[in-house]
Amino acid sequence: MTTTLPIDRMIDTERGTISREIFVSPEFHREELEKLFTRAWLFVGHESQIPNPGDFFVSRMAEESVILCRDTMGTVHVFLNSCRHRGMKVCRYESGNTSLFVCPYHSWSYTTDGKLQGVPLYRVLYEGQLDRSEWSLIEVPKLHLYKGTVWASWDAEAPDFMTYLGDAVDHLDQVLDCRDGRPGGSEVIGIHKWILPANWKFAAENFLGDTYHNPSHRSVDMIGIGPSARAGQTGRRDNEYNKGQHVWASFPAGHGVHSVWMPEEFDYQPSYAQYPVVDEYFRHCFYERKKRLGDKARIMPFTGNLFPNTSYHGRQPRALCVWHPHGATQTEAWRFFLVDADAPAEVKDVLRRFYMRYSGPAGMTEQDDMENWLYATASSTGTIARRYPFNYQQSMGAYKHNDPIPGDVSTQITEQNARNYYQVYARYLKGESWASLLGTGDAVRAAAE
Amino acid sequence: MSRLDRLALKQEIEDFLYMEADLLDQRMFREWLDLLAEDLIYFMPIRRNVKFGQHAEKENTKQGEGISWFDEDKWTLGKRVEQILTGVHYAEEPLSRVTHMVSNVRLLEVSPSVEDPRDVVVGCRFLVYQNRVEYESNTFIGRRIDTLRRNGESWLIARRELILEQNVLLAKNLSILF
Ligand code: FES
Ligand SMILES: [Fe+2]
Repeated sequence: MTTTLPIDRMIDTERGTISREIFVSPEFHREELEKLFTRAWLFVGHESQIPNPGDFFVSRMAEESVILCRDTMGTVHVFLNSCRHRGMKVCRYESGNTSLFVCPYHSWSYTTDGKLQGVPLYRVLYEGQLDRSEWSLIEVPKLHLYKGTVWASWDAEAPDFMTYLGDAVDHLDQVLDCRDGRPGGSEVIGIHKWILPANWKFAAENFLGDTYHNPSHRSVDMIGIGPSARAGQTGRRDNEYNKGQHVWASFPAGHGVHSVWMPEEFDYQPSYAQYPVVDEYFRHCFYERKKRLGDKARIMPFTGNLFPNTSYHGRQPRALCVWHPHGATQTEAWRFFLVDADAPAEVKDVLRRFYMRYSGPAGMTEQDDMENWLYATASSTGTIARRYPFNYQQSMGAYKHNDPIPGDVSTQITEQNARNYYQVYARYLKGESWASLLGTGDAVRAAAE
Repeated sequence: MSRLDRLALKQEIEDFLYMEADLLDQRMFREWLDLLAEDLIYFMPIRRNVKFGQHAEKENTKQGEGISWFDEDKWTLGKRVEQILTGVHYAEEPLSRVTHMVSNVRLLEVSPSVEDPRDVVVGCRFLVYQNRVEYESNTFIGRRIDTLRRNGESWLIARRELILEQNVLLAKNLSILF
């Protein structure tokens, strides 16, 4: 479990320096796959993608393909997408409905609950040797369904998902709940998958609360691409959070968010100019949500990252994005776009059009992020470059605990979320206990004092 | 005579497509926008791996629903051009070097008639090469179906469907115009 990498020297969050090695070196990449992605809770998919028995969706956990499947009895599973015989990828369709996964290689077949069922010529070739019950598809030991989303961990000892999520739940809820505050009720309306030649942590860290990079989006802010841009409004989204207090909160398990804490009295800000039906929908939802959630309605989301690699945009746009490592300097991004499942068709249509012009490789906003992540990675690979760490000293110490919301909360733009994230990251790489990974261990408490 | 008319029309359409590609490669983005009809539909679906027999129904995302790479109108494309012209759209600043190749041109539908072509559906293949900054290069290859509308001596693009032959997008960005 111990590592030979000088992690504490490379990740020095006291001083606010982090070595470039963790963003470019194959050693760190390998350590992450071994020690981090085998333990942390990872986002796998959404129940709206597998509504019926036998439905499946092929997803990923880090570098490996997995099958998210609702078995014929209705139970949700996540399996490694690799045959137990010689490893052939059992399912190469992205989604569908089946009663059996038949391996293309030698035709072993698995039922939707993962059991090995068919073995050709079993009697003649395997009778008395092969115990089928021991050769099911490899299934994640930990699975959790939360408001439609599906999460899994490869570590049987992992704490339950809600403990892992901790107080970040209040922010994730703003992504997953209906706009009118009813719990859950979202659906995935489409998925982007693309490859970017950058280390995955650049993307995760960006969503974790790097509001400082706003100037890189100057072009979209100048021309206006938001939901009200057709009415001549500049900027890349509506000004929904007028008068709110921006907060950057980090949590002991490594999550970080950028949200807005609205004043006690706050009112709906007209949005979606030129789309009266949509504006009306959000106006209605706004008041319903306030009624339903009370004080909690004061939390409005921008972005966040749930440790390690699931990022979100909370409202405009609204999506979950998983940054899968794909080599030390390459990421495979999967973005799942969300809407309220029961929203009117016109609302969904306006939203999807906005999402497409905002997010992903064709998104006018995110293209500039991708450019930055690529060249930041590429220019950090050099021998000389790697001798010089990145600077993480922004707003050192400028945060309060549980004020005005749970977590370590800054009311100014900060790299505290990132410092916290890499502290937790370092603990994974050092193979520490779950108590420590959740930020509840003695060592962690002592360090905090 | 209809065969000659058809040949002449095909030549005219090809010339138009080559001229249009040239405008993009010459970075004459505003002039390119002028070739787009006000009610343009510009669509690039996401392609999916599906079981044999399900291609027609499930392989491509559909125009008008869900999420595609592009499913947009002239206003949005105008925004894309505007963004490039700000000079601070870093994904295209400095500008990429791009060549649009168009081939396999076929007239798929001509209406109301070859003698009086007002709407022409034309199929082709595209090969778009992008080279960016120093080492970045992408090749986008696929099929394209355009609906062209007669506009005086020239044509307007009323619909463009770009069937890119990729599943997971192998480029970090689709920051160029197709
Ligand atoms: S690899 Fe699957 S049956 Fe042999
Ligand atoms: Fe960004």
